[in-house]
Amino acid sequence: MGREIEPQKSQQQVSYTVEQLVAVNPYNPDILPDLENYVNEQVASQTYSLDANLCLLRLYQFEPERLSTQIVARILVKALMAMPAPDFSLCLFLIPERVQMEQPFKTLIVLSHYLETGGFRLFWDEAAKSRHIVDAVPGFEQAIQAYAVHVLSLTYQKVPRSVLAEAINIEGLSLDKFLEQRVADRGWVIEKGQGGGQVIALPKTEFNHPELKKNSGDAVPLDHVTRIFPILS
Amino acid sequence: MAANYEYEEASGHYDDQAAALRQQEVGYDPNFVPDSVKSFVVHLYRHIREKNVYEIHQMYETSFQTLSERLFKDTPWPSVDAVAHYVDNDHVFCLLYREMWFRHLYARLSPTLKQRIDSWDNYCSLFQVVLHGVVNMQLPNQWLWDMVDEFVYQFQSFCQYRAKMKNKTEQEIALLRQFDQAWNVYGVLNFLQALVEKSAIIQILEQEKQGLEQFTATDGYDYSGGSNVLKVLGYFSMIGLLRVHCLLGDYHTGLKCLQPIDISQQGVYTSVIGSHIATIYHYGFASLMLRRYVDGIREFNKILLYIYKTKQYHQKSPQYEQILKKNEQMYALLAICLSFCPQMKLVDEAVNAQLREKYGEKMGKLQRYDDEGYGDKLSRRQRYADEAFGIYDELFSYACPKFITPSAPSFDEPLVNYNQDAYRLQLKLFLSEVRQQELLVGARTFLKVYSTISLGKLANYLDVDESTLRMTLMTYKHKTHAVDSDGKIISNADVDFYIDDDMIRVVNSKPVKRYGDFFLRQIVKLEGVINDVDRIKVESAN
Repeated sequence: MGREIEPQKSQQQVSYTVEQLVAVNPYNPDILPDLENYVNEQVASQTYSLDANLCLLRLYQFEPERLSTQIVARILVKALMAMPAPDFSLCLFLIPERVQMEQPFKTLIVLSHYLETGGFRLFWDEAAKSRHIVDAVPGFEQAIQAYAVHVLSLTYQKVPRSVLAEAINIEGLSLDKFLEQRVADRGWVIEKGQGGGQVIALPKTEFNHPELKKNSGDAVPLDHVTRIFPILS
Repeated sequence: MAANYEYEEASGHYDDQAAALRQQEVGYDPNFVPDSVKSFVVHLYRHIREKNVYEIHQMYETSFQTLSERLFKDTPWPSVDAVAHYVDNDHVFCLLYREMWFRHLYARLSPTLKQRIDSWDNYCSLFQVVLHGVVNMQLPNQWLWDMVDEFVYQFQSFCQYRAKMKNKTEQEIALLRQFDQAWNVYGVLNFLQALVEKSAIIQILEQEKQGLEQFTATDGYDYSGGSNVLKVLGYFSMIGLLRVHCLLGDYHTGLKCLQPIDISQQGVYTSVIGSHIATIYHYGFASLMLRRYVDGIREFNKILLYIYKTKQYHQKSPQYEQILKKNEQMYALLAICLSFCPQMKLVDEAVNAQLREKYGEKMGKLQRYDDEGYGDKLSRRQRYADEAFGIYDELFSYACPKFITPSAPSFDEPLVNYNQDAYRLQLKLFLSEVRQQELLVGARTFLKVYSTISLGKLANYLDVDESTLRMTLMTYKHKTHAVDSDGKIISNADVDFYIDDDMIRVVNSKPVKRYGDFFLRQIVKLEGVINDVDRIKVESAN
């Protein structure tokens, strides 16, 4: 039966209203269904709203019988994708302990732990075993890969190919293609490493190149200087 | 889990029967009104009508305390019905009197369930009156802060009471079922939210920045004949919301509620010591849980220095004990923040000295790592890590807010006590963060003494393989680069490094001397001295 897919425009209208609700009337049990729909929308349209999701978790806290395991799981996966922001922890603070001890939350907490402690190999292995959890949210793989690259960029000026491969879970020809793209649009440079293998020089930032750190230690804000204007005149 | 210090209030406090019994025992007659009380209410009523804020403040802060101490040490004040006819049965005054009446009860005695419910009703009536904008009084900020503070406190107390289902009588359970709206979390949050919105305080603060409004400059008081009550209650409600969200474990939203207040400046929140401390304590705690350690350290440092310098002036005030308690708790939180983020340069000398005195030994143990290389170092390292773990547990439990479970119990299930659930969850999550950061203690120890070291060599010292070391170093980087409120990455590492293939190069950040600020301060100071000298010359010419 022909049921038309809702046009993009009205989807945007719904999310605008939900954000408003969260800002203006968050302590209201009636908005719970709207917030749940919004989670599903975030998943489908690859968007994200921490405020709305925290608002929903709070409502679940106020009325535990209405908690939906599926929705909470989706919120947590989205939160993982927001790393390095601590959103995953922020969500956990609002989820009762006995719920956290069940699946899929136990697995999600393990995944988070691996990501927090640089255990990328362990993470990808575990994620492969839990495809049903992570495949439910489009964009998951790319988001984690972005986080992995972020941490590598903080840590390395030059990272061995094998370390990079393990972190983003891409090998062989796919990795070659990935690197090609990065060389082209992000300024990565492929060099020869100590041990003979490939080494990738990552873009220079203040985090992996301390000489680039802006020495803001002695900067004086303007409003402090204005204090002495009366004296100077 | 280590014993939770003072987490349980005196057990008598939550036992309804014991509370009722105690009040009866002391032979309390609600209708007896001593002359001093009659005089008190008559004068207070008059001062409020005449908008004499100074006198109101004197009576509220001093006379009320003196009378309570002298006549009502362990009984409630006379009932509002007994005093109403001395004050023209003024509806609003009676609400205010009742608010003080209940606050006194909670402080000196234990409230019964019925009294808790009545107090809720009183707050509803009082806030409704204020929200309808029909109040035309000016009340001291101290009083208005106490109202909001007490409102949140009684909510917290009720949740704790309700969660102890084990020894509840049939009567109590029936009352709880009947009055399920009392201290309902939605009600509490919506009242605070309503006060914020109806007062338009956020817009007022915004417009003040552009010079279009006066609020902070007058300490919130209205000098054009109006009332300060709604505006200032709205202002303090933002802090109330921060507090409630922290009790629920929602630190992100808590900080959002506080955002309109600029805590880098003085403001109405600093006009009352209680509100100043409550604001910074909760801001700092939320920052700790959000892993924004530098923010926490900076604010704790400021207020601990302030308390250090000014606490002697508050010795006689009824809030003195609370001030001291919060002071101790904030030192504990500061110790935790500094252990995760060792940036001693952010801490003032006086505060540092106090910190060393209170927690020097414990802080040393938190960063202890065995690098001696002899004997059974692996089990020694594990012992040190376990000891540190225990200290984190102890400090957190001592200093954390009294978390609550906001939902009502299911009265049909077997009656158990679940009042510790919320605290246990927050502690558990905090300790799992501790476990993750534990991995960094070893790396930090060695990075402090080397300028360059190969991955292989460092892995050897730490007794791990290279792959594990790479993980540890990435963890270090991740944990020391926090995401701030704008989503930017900020490094708070004291010792930093980068890896070049298989070599680690360490970077030590040297503390920067702040010449700019120093000169500015001296210029202003010199100008002050010159002005003083000029004045002397003029006087001696006479």
